[in-house]
Parts: sequence; structure tokens; C-alpha cells
Amino acid sequence: MNSKVADRIATTIFYLIAATIVTVLVGLLGYIIYHGFSKLNLDFLTSPSSSFRAGGGIGNQLFNSFYILFLTMVFTVPLGLGGGIYMAEYARPGRLTNAIRTCIEVLASLPSIVIGMFGLLMFVNLTGWGYSILGGALALTVFNLPVMVRVCEDALRTVARDQKEASLALGITHWHTIKTVLLPAAFPSILTGAILASGRVFGEAAALLFTAGLTTPTLDFSNWNPFDATSPLNIFRPAETLAVHIWAVNTQGLIPDVREVADGSSAVLIISVLLFNLLARWIGSIVHKKITASK
Amino acid sequence: MKTVMEPKRTNTTFAEQPLTEKTEKKPVALDVKHLNIYYGENHAVKDVNFSIDQNTVTALIGPSGCGKSTFLRSINRMNDLIPGARSTGEIQYDDVNLIGDDINVVALRKEIGMVFQKPNPFPKSIYNNIVHALKFNGIRSKKKLDGIVEESLRKAALWDEVKDRLHESALSLSGGQQQRLCIARTLAMKPNILLLDEPASALDPISNAKIEDLIMGLKKEYTIVIVTHNMHQASRISDKTAFFLNGVLVEFDKTDKIFTNPSKKDTEDYITGRFG
Repeated sequence: MNSKVADRIATTIFYLIAATIVTVLVGLLGYIIYHGFSKLNLDFLTSPSSSFRAGGGIGNQLFNSFYILFLTMVFTVPLGLGGGIYMAEYARPGRLTNAIRTCIEVLASLPSIVIGMFGLLMFVNLTGWGYSILGGALALTVFNLPVMVRVCEDALRTVARDQKEASLALGITHWHTIKTVLLPAAFPSILTGAILASGRVFGEAAALLFTAGLTTPTLDFSNWNPFDATSPLNIFRPAETLAVHIWAVNTQGLIPDVREVADGSSAVLIISVLLFNLLARWIGSIVHKKITASK
Repeated sequence: MKTVMEPKRTNTTFAEQPLTEKTEKKPVALDVKHLNIYYGENHAVKDVNFSIDQNTVTALIGPSGCGKSTFLRSINRMNDLIPGARSTGEIQYDDVNLIGDDINVVALRKEIGMVFQKPNPFPKSIYNNIVHALKFNGIRSKKKLDGIVEESLRKAALWDEVKDRLHESALSLSGGQQQRLCIARTLAMKPNILLLDEPASALDPISNAKIEDLIMGLKKEYTIVIVTHNMHQASRISDKTAFFLNGVLVEFDKTDKIFTNPSKKDTEDYITGRFG
């Protein structure tokens, strides 16, 4: 076999692999959206779910998902940024750094159900909060933190070394260099990474089963006092998210329209995650243009 | 550092000296004594001794890996960034040993600026590239900043080309313009010594010539140490030349002497292109 033929065969194989990936994705998305799309209307998206009768919506679940996601990111981003800066800029090569890196990797590879069980111990039982939004958000923080640390570290490391040298050679301190040169240059990648991680958090179910719970109390969307029991903003109430809802109606749903609700919820979930991905690219490129003053 | 570096000799004090005191021998800017630099086990610079005069251009030449860049980077302590790098000996600058542990490298780098081989402007506007370090040093007045920006861009012979687009991205400039911006950015800090690490090697011949003209002009105000691989460049712009080989300073003399009548065989072989 001469090299030309080998090259052609290799090219074909890689095309086929790429095509397979695209087919799987398009097939999956197409199936879910095709089945769920008919359910998508304002009423379904805003009304509360029902326990026995048909025609329930996913309003509360949708709100819970975004609320837990928001809280998770509030916890994760500063911690992840701090960890990433430490790992990329301050950690000296050595045994301690290796140990920290191993911890991050192990944490990143923990199955989410294990994190859920850990959350049950820590944030539900030990704290005495019961199933709560805060407990769920903290469990998801544990789930998401290693990814965020990694994202921030990689983003800082990919900033060209000559940028850092340029700043230090001008007599600027290390910390000021990090603040004014490295972080702005790394910001688009950090933002993109954070939004992509959001998609992962948004779709997470296992870590929330035993932390945020499977129920949502009756919510009064006109009550925005976060300390009130019926307020949607109350962080100490149980909250079933969209991903958990899909699992719950499929396994223990008593409503007659289980299939429709599951289809619709799945479509909403997957469209949201898709939007996160598109948003990540779009905002990333806008921010990049803005801070580099390029057109 | 400011206290460590006192008394600070500035260029202006030298300009004010009466002419009668200016002898053939120029004052010394950097006095290198028994300098050794190691990267881990690798002995990169071996017992180097020589002194660099004020307001001269000193060229460091030699084949790749001969230690000339390592030496240059040790002057403003950029080697500190490299894990495992350590130095012994002295580089005296105003009676301060720059190699010492008690040196405040941040203050040091304000007085001894550096320009790198590859133009490395920040991905910010031209204006912000220059004021970046000034703002860090507490200069907030817009008027003052504007003044320094213009002054340093003029010194770097870039003002006329960019004065109408100071707020455009520095990345929109050509490679040669970017490098002059990097020089301007360094000049804005009003350093005493400029370290140039092959500043023109990544540029086209025309940009290269502009940088050379610039260096010749800057000599009046600054002490310049330049690493170069370009023999012609070294012979055109420098007053003295140091030839490094395998970490050893083989020969250091007036540039004319090095290029016309070197005293060491290795030097002659190198500049006539027999190796390296």
C-alpha cells in the first residue's frame, strides 16, 4: 500500500468518525425535540406540575433549576478562580502541588451520585437543613469546583508567557500582572468554561436527588421575601429541578401524561443546555473583541 | 529598593556635569564580577567578568545557547521566573549587587527595562500599552499620562505613525511598529538601562533598520545592552562587543577591534562565520 492510498484511507476514516459524532448528536437532539416540541407552550413552561391529573407544567422545576444553577455559580466561580490562580501562578512544582492536583482530579472523577450521598450527609443531615436549595447548590459546587479550577488554571496557562514577562519586566508586581494582564487575557476562556460548566450543572440530577429533594412546596411567585416559606427565593426550601423531575415522573409518576411531561421537560432541558453552549461562544467572542480593542 | 538603590545616578546628572570632567573613560553602569548562572545542573554562565559603560551600546554575540541571553536576563532578574535558576557572583549597579537576595526586583525592573525578541504588546490599545505600568505606579493625571505617552512614542520614533489611532488595538500594528511600541512602553518607565534581547530578529529588514536607528539615538540617554545574532547589526550599532561561547566570556573589547582584529581565535572563527 503506498502512502497516497494510506493517506486517503486515513482521511476517510476520520471523516466517518466525525460523521458518526454528528449523526448521534443530530439524531438525539432531533428525537427529543421532535417528541417534546408539541408540548412546548407558555402554559407548560410556567404552570406548576400536578401530582395526579394530566396537564401539569414544569414552571417550578424550571425556576428551581435556574436558581440552583445561579447559586452554584456564585459559590463556584470565586473558589474556582482562586484555585486556578493558585495552581497556575503560585504553586511551586513539588509534592504538595502534586497532592493538590491529584485531589482535584479525583474530585473531578467522582460519580455524581457519590457527591449526592456526601451532600446528604453534610448539607442535609449534619447541618439539619433537610432537603434544601442551598444544600443542592453546595453539592453541585463540590461537583463543579474541580472543573472550574481546571478551566481557570488552563485559561491562565494558555496566556502567552511573553505577556507575563512583558508586564513583569516593566516593574509590575506579580499580583498586579495577574489582575491586569493575565486575567483579562484569560477571561474569554474562563467565561466560556464557566458557561459550559453551567450546562453540566443544569442537567445534573443524581447529585440533587438527596440534597435538594424530589418535591417543591407550593410557591407564591408574588412573594419575593427570601425568608418566607412560600417564597421562590427561600434557599432553605426543598426544590425539584428539571433534570430530577424527568427522572421522578419516569420512575414514580402517577400522572396519566407521564410520557408527554417527560418529553416536554427533556426538550426544555436540552434546548437550555444548547443555548448555554451557543451563549458561551457568542459572549466569549464579544468579550474577547472588547478587551483586546480589536474590531 | 529605592533606598537600596540610592544614591541614584540619573542621566540628567551626567548631562549637567562640566565637560572638563568628561574623560575618555566613561563611568561604569554595570560591573560584572565572577558571575555564574546555573539552571539546575546546567552551568550556563561561567565566571564572567567585565564592565558596561554608561551611555554606550554593548552588543552580546555568540552562538545559540552560549549564555548571552541568560546573562542579559540575569541583569533585571527575569531568570527568577525560571524554576531552578540560581546565580553567584556580582553585578554591581550603583554599588548594589543586583544578584543579591535583598534586591526588590520590582523596583529594579523599573530602572533596568527589557525588550524581548518577539514583540509582545498587551492586547490592549496603543495608549493603554504605555500607561499600563504608569498607572500601576500611581500616575493618574490624564494630562501627565498623555504627556508621557507622546514623549515615549516620540522617543521610539512611532508617534507620527500612531498619533491618530492611539486607542486602536496594539495588535493592529505591524511587527516592527509593535516592537517600537514595546520600546516606547519601556522608555515610559524612564529606566537607566535598556536590555534588548534580539529586538530586531523577528522583523523584516526595513523595520530592522528603523530599530537600529532608534537604538543609536537612544544611546545618548540610556545605557543599552543588546543581544544579537546579526553580526552586521552588532558592528553597526555597538560601541563594545562581548563574545560568549559555551557560557564563557571569550572576548570583550571595542567593537572595531572585535570585528577587525580580534585577539582570540574563537572570536575570529565566529565572526567570520566558521561556526555558530
